[in-house]
Amino acid sequence: MPDTALTVAAPAAAATAPVPRRGSRHGSNAWAHVLLAAGGVVMVFPFVWQLLTSLSTNAQVMSVPPVFWPGELQWGNYAEVFSKLPFLQEFWVSVSITVARTVGQLVLCSMAGYAFARMRFPLRGVLLALVLSILMVPSQVYLIPQYQIVSGLGWLNTVAGIAAPGIFSAFGTFLMMQFFKGVPDSLEEAARLDGANPFQVFARIMLPLAGPSLGALTIITVLWSWNDLLWPLVVSTRAESMPLAAGIATFAGRTTTDYTVMMAASVLAMAPILLLFVVMQRRVIDGLAHSGLK
Amino acid sequence: MTSVDDISRARGGVAPPARGSTARRASPGPVVRRSRRGYDGWWPVLFVLPTMFGVVLFYLWPIVQTGYFSFTEWGAFGGQTWVGTENYARLASDPDLGTAVVNTLVYTAIVLLGIPIAMFVASLLSRPGMRFTAFYRVLYFMPYVAMPTAVAMVWRLIFNGDFGVLNWALGLVGIDGPAWTSTPGFALVAVSIVGLWTSLGFAIIILSAGLKTIPPELYEAASLDGATPWRQFRSVTVPLLTPSVFFVTVITVINGFQLFDLLYALMGQGNPAIQETQSLVYLFYNEAFLRNDKGFAAAIAMVILLIVGAVTLLQFRMQRRWVTYA
Repeated sequence: MPDTALTVAAPAAAATAPVPRRGSRHGSNAWAHVLLAAGGVVMVFPFVWQLLTSLSTNAQVMSVPPVFWPGELQWGNYAEVFSKLPFLQEFWVSVSITVARTVGQLVLCSMAGYAFARMRFPLRGVLLALVLSILMVPSQVYLIPQYQIVSGLGWLNTVAGIAAPGIFSAFGTFLMMQFFKGVPDSLEEAARLDGANPFQVFARIMLPLAGPSLGALTIITVLWSWNDLLWPLVVSTRAESMPLAAGIATFAGRTTTDYTVMMAASVLAMAPILLLFVVMQRRVIDGLAHSGLK
Repeated sequence: MTSVDDISRARGGVAPPARGSTARRASPGPVVRRSRRGYDGWWPVLFVLPTMFGVVLFYLWPIVQTGYFSFTEWGAFGGQTWVGTENYARLASDPDLGTAVVNTLVYTAIVLLGIPIAMFVASLLSRPGMRFTAFYRVLYFMPYVAMPTAVAMVWRLIFNGDFGVLNWALGLVGIDGPAWTSTPGFALVAVSIVGLWTSLGFAIIILSAGLKTIPPELYEAASLDGATPWRQFRSVTVPLLTPSVFFVTVITVINGFQLFDLLYALMGQGNPAIQETQSLVYLFYNEAFLRNDKGFAAAIAMVILLIVGAVTLLQFRMQRRWVTYA
């Protein structure tokens, strides 16, 4: 440890001064761990509590003082989820709208972002301003007409209706445009000289470079699609054609006393995203920080 | 290398001068594709048209329509009649609007309290030699990625007035807790606590990224000048972190004004306290899709747009007073 302290401090003019400071800082990390762990327990407690209650009986959930460990684990609560809610249908809707929106945004936003960043065409500035102006507008302002469009197309209670508006994204276009602006001209020009047409330049040269930005856009779109409530609630009225977020919320509205099944359903609904996050935590966090700071 | 640079400099479409390289002249074809004014022909249409189509159909035109709808009244069987500013007049005298504005502001203010907490956590995580930071980041970030309606279910249990674990814990220290989610006032506090818990991770991540950009030499210099760790935090960390704090504040306020999911899922339908606890977006949803008063709801949407716009503008105006750009 002293070795690293010395090498780190080496560039400083007076090498002796920073060493004791760094040493003392290392020594006091113990209380930082205590504070962080205490906070971490508070952050994680609801998840643990949800898992525990999903494996309890309703009587245990409603007992005072609370039962912290259910003893015999009630796995049957999870089986009941599938009989009391149209869980598989709702799961399928969630997966479908998430895939449709994510694939749609990746294709459309990267193409539009590329054109706005690197191509020249009439009205480019006006069109870009129009797209970006949406970024500032809260979703309530376009919700009623969107509902009319979807309802007019006969798309209420369909995956297409829930997914459609979210396939297009001003934010995604902006994110990809910011990325493509930063790519040096030389690569593109070299490919053009070799006779590649603009689409080939885009698909073969530019897209492979855009990995991190495409990753960030994927993460943001997946999170939002899976968790969003307001729009699905508006365009789907039948339980079996809702995504999970709306399905859970309306199920809870119907039955307020079946706590254990509600908890089991909630655990199952958020498990896929939480597992993905834990496995890919570094990429998810970096992706969100990266897109947020742009 | 130089020839490639020359080409890029000559982006106007004029064929680059073959400075010392006659080979370039052999294939000028692709370069001349750009027209005299430097446009790329029909290709941009292919690239931009799908997005422009969706953006105009689902976003831009709807914004105009909502503006128009806010001056109309909707009949029971469809069809709109022009009523002038009647919806806005009705809104101005509607006590629910004031309640919703105050609730939304209180919620946003409580969630903003998470930023100092996040700053503290981020500075702990960025201490030199700190270990298990990835593990802590996962713990603190989990609520941000979890489905709000699903986590709201367990918070409903925790906040339950009769058998909730929170009131049990308060009882241990002699406090008789209320029925949180169904008592006006307390319900808003409960929703805000969950909102804070949800958004804390995002603030920590952004502020951690901000901390990484502070050059360590500044701390070296400060400590050479005899600055205590607290003084270093106040005079180096805080000012250099203000751009990140500003960013998190703007995002938190914008998200705060969008409060709906947590409120809806935490309180449930038919909650007696919902009228006193509703947010602006809940008010909009209720009028537009439960009461089917879409003209009135459109006016609420325009008011939300106005408030969010004004608050964001104000934040950017005040930025100059407290944000330090190095």
